[in-house]
Amino acid sequence: MTQCAVLRIQRGGPHEAPTQQDFEVRFAPGQSLLDGLRQIRACHDPTLAFRYSCINANACKECMMKLDGKTVYACTARLEPRVMHVGPLPNKPLVRDLMTAVAPGDEELDSA
Amino acid sequence: MSATRHLSADVLVIGAGGAGMYAALQAQREGASVLLVDRSLIGRGGSTVMAQMTVAAAMGGACPDHWEHHLADTITAGRGLCEPALARLVCEQGVECIAQLDDWGVGWARSEDRYAQVHAPGHDRARCVYVDFLDTGPAVSRTLRTRLVRTPEIRRIGELAVTDLVLRDGRCCGAVALHLPSASAVSLQAEAVIIATGGLTRLYRRNSGSANSGGDGYALALRAGAELVDMEFVQFFPIGHLAPRLIGMDPIMWDPFRYKLGGRLLNAQMEEFTERYGTPENGQYRITRDQATYAITKEVAAGRGSPHGGAWLSFQHLEEATLRQAFGPVIDRLARNGIDLTQTPIEVAPIAHYHMGGIAVDEQMRTGVPGLFAAGEAIGGSNGANRLSGNAITEALVFGRLAGIQAAQFAIEHRSTAPAQRWQGDGPERDSLINRHGRPAENCAALIERLQSIMADDVGPFRTGPGLARAQQQIAAISAAMGALPPGDVDGYDPELLDWLDLRQMLLVATCVTEAAIARTESRGAHQREDHPGLDDAWQQHLAIRMRNGTITLQRQSIGALERLSL
Repeated sequence: MTQCAVLRIQRGGPHEAPTQQDFEVRFAPGQSLLDGLRQIRACHDPTLAFRYSCINANACKECMMKLDGKTVYACTARLEPRVMHVGPLPNKPLVRDLMTAVAPGDEELDSA
Repeated sequence: MSATRHLSADVLVIGAGGAGMYAALQAQREGASVLLVDRSLIGRGGSTVMAQMTVAAAMGGACPDHWEHHLADTITAGRGLCEPALARLVCEQGVECIAQLDDWGVGWARSEDRYAQVHAPGHDRARCVYVDFLDTGPAVSRTLRTRLVRTPEIRRIGELAVTDLVLRDGRCCGAVALHLPSASAVSLQAEAVIIATGGLTRLYRRNSGSANSGGDGYALALRAGAELVDMEFVQFFPIGHLAPRLIGMDPIMWDPFRYKLGGRLLNAQMEEFTERYGTPENGQYRITRDQATYAITKEVAAGRGSPHGGAWLSFQHLEEATLRQAFGPVIDRLARNGIDLTQTPIEVAPIAHYHMGGIAVDEQMRTGVPGLFAAGEAIGGSNGANRLSGNAITEALVFGRLAGIQAAQFAIEHRSTAPAQRWQGDGPERDSLINRHGRPAENCAALIERLQSIMADDVGPFRTGPGLARAQQQIAAISAAMGALPPGDVDGYDPELLDWLDLRQMLLVATCVTEAAIARTESRGAHQREDHPGLDDAWQQHLAIRMRNGTITLQRQSIGALERLSL
C-alpha cells in the first residue's frame, strides 16, 4: 500500500531568511527520512541540499538534522504518514537548506 | 563564485578512506609535505568506514598459516586474472599492516591472547581478523583518522571534489577541485598525486557503497592518460539485504551471520538450491561470491525467487541465545526493524559491492603517467575476476602504504623545481570549472538514477550482447541530455553542480564497464555473459582501456603485463 508523508523543509542559505517548503513523498513503511529526501531530489527539486554519504548503514554519521525538533540521523529516522518538520542543525553554521558545516575547523579550506 | 584558491604540497592524496589515510601517513613519514583531500568528510565518506567484517591476513591466530596460502586462495578466487605480483603484495604485506593497525589500537578481536580469526568464504582456513559486532570498518577508519589528527603536518581538507588532474610536460602536477560549500574552484599543485577514491558501486541502483563511490578516480586517471584494466568485473555481493526494509544497517551485514552461524540460503519452496548450479553448500556456507550470485540470480530467473526477487536466508534453526552471543547489540538493532531471526527468514539478493577493475599500476603503485600513483580499490589487477572476501581492507592498507612511500620518494626527487616553474593553478582544467552558466537542462539527480537503473538492468551480474548494446545506447543518450558545460549560477553550495560533475565522471566509467563487458565474450568470475557461458582460455587476459582525444580504446593485455607498465 502506498502512503505519503509531507516533509515540511526549511530552505535557504546562510544569508537568507529561512522559508518552509512542503514536499509530498510516497513511501513504503520502514523507509527512512533520507529515502524521502533523496526522492525529493530525483523527482521534485534537485536543488535541495542535505549531507549524506553511506545512504543506509549509519556508518558515515553525516546526515544529522532536526526532525520535529529532535536531532536525528536522516538514515535511521522513519518516514511517517503525516506532516514532518525537517530543519538543519541549529548549533552549526548553515551551508544551505538542511546542510550545515560539521567538519572540524582544521579540515576546512579556509584554515589552509 | 569566481574566487579561486591555490594550494601546494609534495604529495596530494585524493580520497580519505583507508587507502588514502594510510598513504598520507606514510608519505609524511617519508619526509614529504602532504595534502589529503576528500569530497566528503575526512575518514567518513568512503567505503572503509562501512566495512563490517572481515579483514584477511595470514596472522596465524586461529591456526597455523602463511601468506602463501592466502595468496593461493586469492589467485583461485580471481579465476586466472590476478596480477600475481600485486596479489602477492596484498597477502605478504597485509600481515605487517594488520599488526601495525593493532599497534595503533584498532582493537582486533582476541581469543586467548591471539588474534581471533574466522573462516570466510573462499579461504582454506580461518584467516579473517575483525573488530567485534560489525565494527571493523569504523574501527579501522577511526584508528587511521586518530593517527592523522596527531600528525598536524598533514594538511587535511574535506568537501573538495577533485574534477580533473592536471598534466604539464607529460607529468601529473596536481589537480583542480570544486570546494563544495562555496562552489569555488581550487587548484592543488603537487609533485606526486595519489588517487585513492575507491570504487564505482554508485553506478548501480542497489549498492552497498557510499554515495561518494561513483568511480571518479577511474575517470580522473583515464582522462589524464593512465590505463584502466578489468573494468568489466564488478563484484556483486550475493546476499545483500532485500526485505523487509532495514535501516541503520549496512545491507551486506548478513555475511558474518551466515558463515559464523550457518544461515541457510533457500528458494521460494524453502529448499536449498546452490547445488543446482554446481556449488553445493554441504552445511559449510563457503561458496564464493561469484558462485552464490550466479546461483541466486538463476534461481530467481527460474521463477523460484522470494517475493521481492531474491532468496530467503534463514536462521530459524538457531536459538536466540546463540544469535545474541554471536552478535550482541546487533540483535537489538534488528528487533527495532521488526526482525526476529528465530521467527522469520529475511530476503537477500545480489547487490553491487566492490570493483575488481581499476587503474593499472605496477608494484610501486605507479600508473603509466609520471607523478600519478593509485591505491586501494581504485587500482585494478590484484583481485582478478572475483575478489576473495576479506581482501578489500587489506589491500587498502597495503597499497595505501606503498603508494605513500613511492609518491613521497618521487616527489622529494622532483621538488627541486623552482617555484616559479611549478604549475600555478591556471589553465583549461580550472577554467572549465569556473566557466559555468545557467541551470542544468535536466534534473541530473534523476539522470543519475536512470544511469543506475540502466547499469543494474543490463550491466549487472548477468549480461547479454543485446542488453549491453541497449545500455551503450542509453548511456550515450544521457550524455547527450546533460549538456556540455557545467551549470552554475548559485553562490555557495550547489547540489545540482555536484550532480552534473558526478554524472560526467559516472558516464565515462559506465561506458568503460559496458564496453569491456561487450568485448569479453566469455563468462569468468563476476562477468557472466548469458550468450557466452563458461571460461574461454583464450580470454585469460586483461582488457586495458585508454582514452585518446575523447575516445576510449580497448586492448587485450597478458597477465603479468602490469609489472612492465612504467618501464
